[in-house]
Amino acid sequence: MNKILIISLLLVVLVGVVIICLGIGPTGISYKYLTGTDNDTESKIIYEVRLPRILGALLVGLGLAVAGAVLQAILRNPLAEPYTLGISGGAVLGVALCLIVPFLAVTKFSFPLMAFLGALVSVIIVYVITSRHRFSVSSLVLSGVILSFICSSLVLLIFSVSKPTEIQSMLFFLMGSFATIDYPIIKVITIPLIAGVLTLVFFSRDIDVLTLGDEKASHLGIAPHRVRAFLFIITSVITGCCVAVSGMIGFVGLMIPHIMRSIVGPKSRNLFIASALSGAIFLVVSDTLARSVIAPAELPVGVITGIVGGVFFIGMLINAKNI
Amino acid sequence: MLKISNLSSGYQTKEVIKDISFTVNQGEFVGVIGPNGSGKTTLFRTITKIIPGYTGNLLYKEKEIRDWSVKTLAREIAVVPQFLLMAFPFKVYDFVALGRTPYLGRFEMISGRDKEVIKGAMDITGCSGLRERMVTELSGGELQRVFLAQALAQEPKLLLLDEPTSHLDIGHQVEILHLLKQLNKENGLTIVVILHDLNTAGEYCNRLILMEEGKIYKSGSPVEVLTYQNIEAVYKTVVVVKDNPISGNPYVIPVPKDRWETNGRTEEPEGTA
Repeated sequence: MNKILIISLLLVVLVGVVIICLGIGPTGISYKYLTGTDNDTESKIIYEVRLPRILGALLVGLGLAVAGAVLQAILRNPLAEPYTLGISGGAVLGVALCLIVPFLAVTKFSFPLMAFLGALVSVIIVYVITSRHRFSVSSLVLSGVILSFICSSLVLLIFSVSKPTEIQSMLFFLMGSFATIDYPIIKVITIPLIAGVLTLVFFSRDIDVLTLGDEKASHLGIAPHRVRAFLFIITSVITGCCVAVSGMIGFVGLMIPHIMRSIVGPKSRNLFIASALSGAIFLVVSDTLARSVIAPAELPVGVITGIVGGVFFIGMLINAKNI
Repeated sequence: MLKISNLSSGYQTKEVIKDISFTVNQGEFVGVIGPNGSGKTTLFRTITKIIPGYTGNLLYKEKEIRDWSVKTLAREIAVVPQFLLMAFPFKVYDFVALGRTPYLGRFEMISGRDKEVIKGAMDITGCSGLRERMVTELSGGELQRVFLAQALAQEPKLLLLDEPTSHLDIGHQVEILHLLKQLNKENGLTIVVILHDLNTAGEYCNRLILMEEGKIYKSGSPVEVLTYQNIEAVYKTVVVVKDNPISGNPYVIPVPKDRWETNGRTEEPEGTA
């Protein structure tokens, strides 16, 4: 199948999904905004409530899907994603620290920075441990699982010493939700997130070479350890940005690249672009469901991706050929 | 082309290559033979900078290997591995195209000239028909030709092959070695190949290097190296060496262990007594 056609199609679907989802919400379904509306309340809902959430879901879906795709490639493991390696866990811990460290709680913009730092520290720890095992996949995944465990224990420790009112907002982070999103934080994360994704696209040939193993990568003129370390940092930036606005949203980084690989093939450049677009589509749709199925209450979007991703994951295991 | 003198190398815990010296000249077809663990692969890994440290001299084009960057070295020396674990199902064409990596900048796309080189590499190795196939579903013989095509896409001056034929049946072995012979003769490509099969080594290589425990036991033409004395001493196995009636090259036949006493020869091989 023609890859350019598939990518254009995904782009059209994404635009369509954004337009459709803007019209859906607890106040009902209406597309008057497309023709212009005089109703202030309605345009306020569209542009100040729904649009930031849709933009946030679009960016996070894009970021998580690409982060998953790159991790799967450089670790040569189709089960890797930011969550598996403990990068998301570290990022959430970073955000949780804002609760108890007074000078960090001053502004919401400390969230992305702390999320990035948390992600980066996790990556460094995983890197240091696994470099002793020549970055074997099993050591990477194992240390990731253990690290996630430690991070979530520390988050619970922070909860236990925090005031109940503060815990409320943090719970959203643990479940993954766009309920607290607004324009200022979207502005903060957009540039580093997009820059990170573009950097990965420019490194797509190096990433392809890394999937052949370190020795072959060296033979093809790529210094594997250095390039991989750099790619881990970029992935931490992207993951930090995603976690800062939405908390822990699982399975997007696992499921989307996996499906896209079977459609556009494993070549990184195509895979990243297709994953970015379909990750965005998937999360915008999921978040629209999250905020409208039990309206006026809402579900954390992490619950929806968890259920969809979990079922997908089970299906993948049942039909597993090469896991 | 490749000048090695008093080279020692290995891993943190163990020195594998011990003080070896040899030279490979432009246009040669050299076979490296020796028992498992004699340091053949470590030698290759040292030449290609996979093992970073070494002592002694390891000169490629009069320049120490440690002074070459991995990228410029990848334009000079290409390696065909015995096997690669393919994590993802790349198309054959895309896989071969990765051989152009050392020539491409990060923001550069594959050019018309790159495409010509890739096509040439696929034609010469007979991979053109496999273009759209996935590397994960190829047979051993096809995969070996695809590895070779990727290495040739690097436009190397020196080609290193690590047991390229050990997973192949005799027909595919001859096919690969014949291809190498052609590349050596017609394109002037210098080839160093690690081989397990002493007979194909004797048939196809101009010169053989027999390694034993990290040292060179004997180096020279197949006739000089493939003598029963050398083989018995290094492999600790009784063999008979005859001449191939058609090519005249030596070939080695192992003698079953229960016949070692009665094989008509009086002397015992070294180390088996």
